[in-house]
Order: sequence, then structure tokens, then C-alpha cells
Amino acid sequence: MNLSFLRVSIWVYLALFFLYLLGPLVIMSVTAFNSSAFPRMTPWECLTFQWFGDLFQDQRILNGIKNSLIIGAGTVVLSVAMGLAGALMLTQIWPKLRATYYTIIIAPILIPGVVLGISTLVFWDRINRMLGLGADSVLSNGVFLTVIGQSTFIASYCMLVLVARLQRYDMALTEAALDLGATHAQAFRKILLPFMRPAIASAAVLAFLASFENYNTTTFTFGEYPTLTIELAQKVRYGITPSISALAFIIVALTVFFALLNEAKLKRQELVAAARKNATVEELAGKIKLPSFFAGNMAAVLLVVFAVATITVVGTATAYNPAQCIANVKEEKRLEAEQRIQELRKQREEQRKKREAEEAEQGDAGQSAPKPSNNSGFGNVFAPNTLGSGEEESQDTETPPANNGGFGGVFDPNSLKSE
Amino acid sequence: MSAGVGVDLENLWIRFGDFVAVRDANVNINGGDFFSFLGPSGCGKTTILRAVSGFLDPSEGKVLIGGNDMRGIGPNKRPTALIFQNLALFPLMKVWENITFSMEIKGASASQRRKRADELLDMIALPGQGDKLPSELSGGQRQRVAIARALCAEPDVLLLDEPLSALDLKLRQHMRTELREIQQRVGITFIYITHDQGEALTMSDNIAVMRAGVIDQIADGKTIYNDPNTAFAASFVGENNVFRGKIKQIMGTEALIATNRSGDLVARISSANQGKMKEGDEAMMFIRPEAFAIAAEGASGNHFVTARVNHEEFEGNVFNIFTEGEGGKEIKVSIPNHGQSFQDHTGQNITLEYETHNAVLVPAGELAAE
Repeated sequence: MNLSFLRVSIWVYLALFFLYLLGPLVIMSVTAFNSSAFPRMTPWECLTFQWFGDLFQDQRILNGIKNSLIIGAGTVVLSVAMGLAGALMLTQIWPKLRATYYTIIIAPILIPGVVLGISTLVFWDRINRMLGLGADSVLSNGVFLTVIGQSTFIASYCMLVLVARLQRYDMALTEAALDLGATHAQAFRKILLPFMRPAIASAAVLAFLASFENYNTTTFTFGEYPTLTIELAQKVRYGITPSISALAFIIVALTVFFALLNEAKLKRQELVAAARKNATVEELAGKIKLPSFFAGNMAAVLLVVFAVATITVVGTATAYNPAQCIANVKEEKRLEAEQRIQELRKQREEQRKKREAEEAEQGDAGQSAPKPSNNSGFGNVFAPNTLGSGEEESQDTETPPANNGGFGGVFDPNSLKSE
Repeated sequence: MSAGVGVDLENLWIRFGDFVAVRDANVNINGGDFFSFLGPSGCGKTTILRAVSGFLDPSEGKVLIGGNDMRGIGPNKRPTALIFQNLALFPLMKVWENITFSMEIKGASASQRRKRADELLDMIALPGQGDKLPSELSGGQRQRVAIARALCAEPDVLLLDEPLSALDLKLRQHMRTELREIQQRVGITFIYITHDQGEALTMSDNIAVMRAGVIDQIADGKTIYNDPNTAFAASFVGENNVFRGKIKQIMGTEALIATNRSGDLVARISSANQGKMKEGDEAMMFIRPEAFAIAAEGASGNHFVTARVNHEEFEGNVFNIFTEGEGGKEIKVSIPNHGQSFQDHTGQNITLEYETHNAVLVPAGELAAE
């Protein structure tokens, strides 16, 4: 009984934990498919792929992605190279200096990105002026500055990843290669680099992601090449649209895809290694019978399911046309608005009658009492009376006062027809 | 056997800061020899090997390979190949790629490499294993792959740094024979580093005994065993009973020693020390356990020692008798097993006898740690 309670509470905890972790992502992804102009899940209006279309037509977003990719690639190359050099240095340096060296090389991780951004800008500006170059030189180019600025601390991340692998490297392997006639360059390329390859790949992915999501350093250095994060931040300032949710959804989907791909590959390698271990010499010399790709590889199965789902969604998106639904929703909205207006009008009518009755009660005193509607303190701009008053009584209520909709009537189908 | 390329060390000093790892080493290694450096760990033997292979520059002196001074020539340009203590096989390469790495460096084609790898795999008795990874082989197989990889580079000198130390006893003994056979087949100079005197004695043409950076003795195995130069060489190679004392009288190549606890005994002065020792010098006399025999009761003289038997052990080929001489002096005696019935002496007093040429006298010095 106690045990089952414990078990239940663990599951509840797990559920809460994953809700906390993944909930925002799920909600954001869902809003990308809602036709509502503001990213929201409820009320659900129509399933739409419109925001994806909008996203791919938004030149600023596309340009931001392009810049992010260029800067990401540059940062990967620079950071991994510097990280590898730093890691190798750590293994070669005089042991007494090692702790000091480590601290220095790790320091950029601890320095706030803002400081790195500003200092990069100031430093290279100085260099630029010292060399007497103009404002359009390479040294003041946004891409160059951002790559340099980001690499100052991303290289440290890379170094940490690479050092972990390098510590498992047996220096005798390099010596063995040298002893067998290899030059230092050959020993590096043929022995050390292949050994470091998995760590280099990890470091490269890490560097790219760190570069892609960086804001606080980039914001000082981007110049004329705003990255995606910069563009998003600027967009959010002017109001957020579901096309940003669409972008988030794409990023989430890509992440899941690559995570599954990686997992499936690792599992595959594991299975192959196990098969090799069990194989006899004869089997090795010929062809080993490898287990089929999906056997015992959950990640691979999920990957395929995921890919199929993606293709289905994209296929649906091209064929699907939510115009009818959107029209329906608009019509609904219009009716709703109309209804509200009717109610308001009714209220007003009642108020007016009440007022008249009061006035009648007060007799012909003819006192110029101020109209109660003017008391609101907002100069009456919010009073519904101000819009229609005057003609209201003289005209029949043939045209609904669609202007009350709050969108200036742009969404009202009537506003098109009536002109 | 073809005369291979010899290696000479001339006045070789290697220092690490204040620490002297190798002190004035002078060694001539003949071409085609199987030469061992024997010594306890930390005696500088690996340092010498690294100096020969080029990973370390001597502080003073020269390394000559085939008569050529190797100063300034890197490890990749020397005609040596080193077999590392941990083998250092490339973990990501298949066996055949490992073996032919030296050919890849020179730009040989894959088919040439495969062919050569197959030849070498046949030689080391691992045919058809070329497509495995080193991690898929057993310890002894990896050992042989390392040898094949070194031989593939066609070195003039093969350097081996305690390559058998990671193997279990049975395999180690098997590999000893195999290494010796390979050396005789290829006919190149082998320089072998070991702390195992059994390995050194069984395989080597010549042995250098090292202690704390100093080479005590260079000779063939028999000489090292029977006629050691120093107390260290005598105590490090094989088992020995040591008797300390002062020289009482010198009689040509023999001497009479007043031992501290066992009375006056006679001994042969070791060849290298003849004419150098004089009366009154502190000296050490070494008698191997197997050089003792049990004498008739009551015998006395300058080559008899009396002792009380503590316990006995039967080791198969020998009986080991652990005795205690006068003043608690421990003496070990090994009597060969000829299949006769052996009388148990435990608790009895016995008289031990030795022949003078089996008792070796050297100047008093540092003994090897037990």
C-alpha cells in the first residue's frame, strides 16, 4: 500500500516534471496551427498552415536564418579549432602551470555575454582604427565581429568537451606512429584526429547550437547582419504572431528528428559491435550476418514513424485549404459582434428612456444638466454613444456599426461588399 | 646470421632537472644481438630505450646506430622500431591496418598493404585475423600484432619495452621462446628492457644489469649469474645467500673472509675485482642456494657452515631448506630432487658445504631490494 503510494507519487512527479519541461513547447507548437491572429490555443478556431507560409515569406526571418547559419558555421570552425588547440595545450603544458592555464581558458564561460559583446566591439574597433581602416573594413563587419565575439566563450565549451576525450588518449599512440616513420602532421591526422572525431562532432554541434541561440553577445556585434535571435527579439517588440510559433515548431521538429537519428545510429553501432564480438573468425573473414536495422532499435522505429508523420503533415498542408473554416469563423465573429452591438444599443435605449423619464419627472424646469455620458473622464471616446449619436435616431438601423469591431473593420466581410 | 646494425652508447648521461636518470652509460651492442637491459623499475632502463628510439635527447654523450651519431634525428627518421609496454596498438584501426601503418605513411597502396599484412600475420601465427579490431584479440595475440607492426617497418633495431609484463605466466614463458625465434629468423638487433631476470637470462645474448642509472655489469647470462661484478648484480639476478665480512687474507684469486656471523670462510674473488681488493676491505660473499650441499656431520673448515633447519619445502625440481646459521643468519639451501627419498631435517643442526669457486667475493655494496 505504502509502496504503491510511493510509485504513484513518482509517476505524478515525473508527469509534473515533463509538463513543466515540455508544456511550453507543446503549447507553442499547437498555436502554430491555430488560425487565430494572436498565438493562442483557446479558443481553437481553425487548423491552418498559413503561419508557415507567412514565415517563409518573411524576408527578415529568412535573412536572419541565413545570417545565423553563416555565423554558426564560422563559429563552429573557429571554436572547434581553438578548443582543440587549447585542449592539446593543456595536455602538453608544464604541470605546475596547468591549473592556472585551465582557469584562464575557462574564464570566458564565467564572464557575462554582454561584457564579451561590448569588449569585442570596442577592441576590434580600436584595432580597426589603429590600422587606419574605414568603417566598411572586414574588422568592423558584423559577421566577423559576431563570429569572433561568440567564439571567445564557445571555444571554452568546445575545449571542455575535447579535454574529456583527450584525457582518455594514450600519448604512446602518437609516439608509436612517430616511431613507425610518421611525421608529426601525419600522426596528428591519422591517429589523434580519428580518435577525437566523436568529441569534435559533439563540440561542433554544441558550438553551433550555442551560436544559433546566442543573443546577448550578438546584440552588440551583429552590425548589418542580424541573426535569427536578433530578428525575433525585434519582432516581439512589435507584437508576436503565430508565424514565430511556426518557426519554433520547425526547430522543435528538427531537434527531435536529429536526436532520434543520433540515437538510432548509436544503437545500431552497439548492435553491430555485439554481432562482431560474437562472430567467429570465418564469419569475420566473409560477411557477418548483421541484425536487421530495426531489430531491437526502438529509436530507429520512432525515427521512421516521425518521418512518416512529418511527410503526412506536409502533404496535408499542401492540399488542405482552411478558407471555408476561416470564413465560418469570421462569420461567427461578425454575428457575435453584431449581437453585442444590439445588446449595447438596447442598453442605451433603456438608459435614454430612463433619462427621458427622469427629465419628464423634473418637469419643465429646463435645467441644463450635463449629459451623464460625458462624465466618464475619457472625453467620451469610449462611450458607444459618440460613434453613432446624431444620426442614430434619424437613420434606420440598416447598416450594422461594424466599426465597433476594434480592427477598424478590416476583418468584416461587409466592409468590402458595402463599397 | 647476418651481421645486423649495432648500437653504441658513448658516455651517455640523461638528466631530468636535478635527477640523473642515466649516469655515464657505455654500451656496445653488436649487430644481430639480443641484448637486454635488466634492472628494477626506476633504474633508468626505459630512459635509455627512449634515448635510442629518439623520444629523448641525451644530456651528454652520444647514441650511435650503425656507427652514425643520432643526434638531432627524430624518432621517425631512425632505423628503430619500438614495442611499447602497453603495446600502443591503434584502437580504431583493424589489425591489418595497424600492422601496415608504416607502409601507409610511405604511401603504399591498400592491396600492397593487405598482402604484406597477410605475410606477417602468417609469420606471427594469426592468419585470417586481419579484419578484427585490436580490442577483439587476446593479450598474447595483441602482443604478436605489435611485433608484426614493428617488423613491418623493417627496422635495423627492434626495441622492446617490457612487452611481456602484462601477460600471465604461461603466456609469458611461451612468448619468450617465440620472441627469441622471431629474432633469430629476422636477424636484426633486439634491445630488450625487463625487470624479470628469467626473461633476460633465457633470451639474451648479452645483458646489462642496471641500478639507479648506472650500468653495473655487461656480460652474457652465464657470466652475470656465475661471476657478478657487484653486490647488486649478485643479489638481483637469481637468488643468493650473502655473507658480509672483512677480507682477512688474499691468496691469489681466492680470499679468506672473516664473516660477521659465520666464522672464516674462503671465496673466489670475482673476475672484475681481482687485484682490486685488499686485506681489511669490507666485502660480500655470495653463495647460491644450489651451490650448497649437506656435509657429513662434524666436518669443519673454511668452506663449511653450520646451521639449524627451520623448515623445508618441496618445490618439485628442488627441495628448499630454510636454515638459520649462527646469530640468526638466514641461509637458503636448494638440493636437487633426484627422486631419492629425502630425509627431513627440520629442527636439526646440519653442516653445509660449498666449493670455493661457487662462493663469489665482491666489494661491499648496495643489495637489490627483496
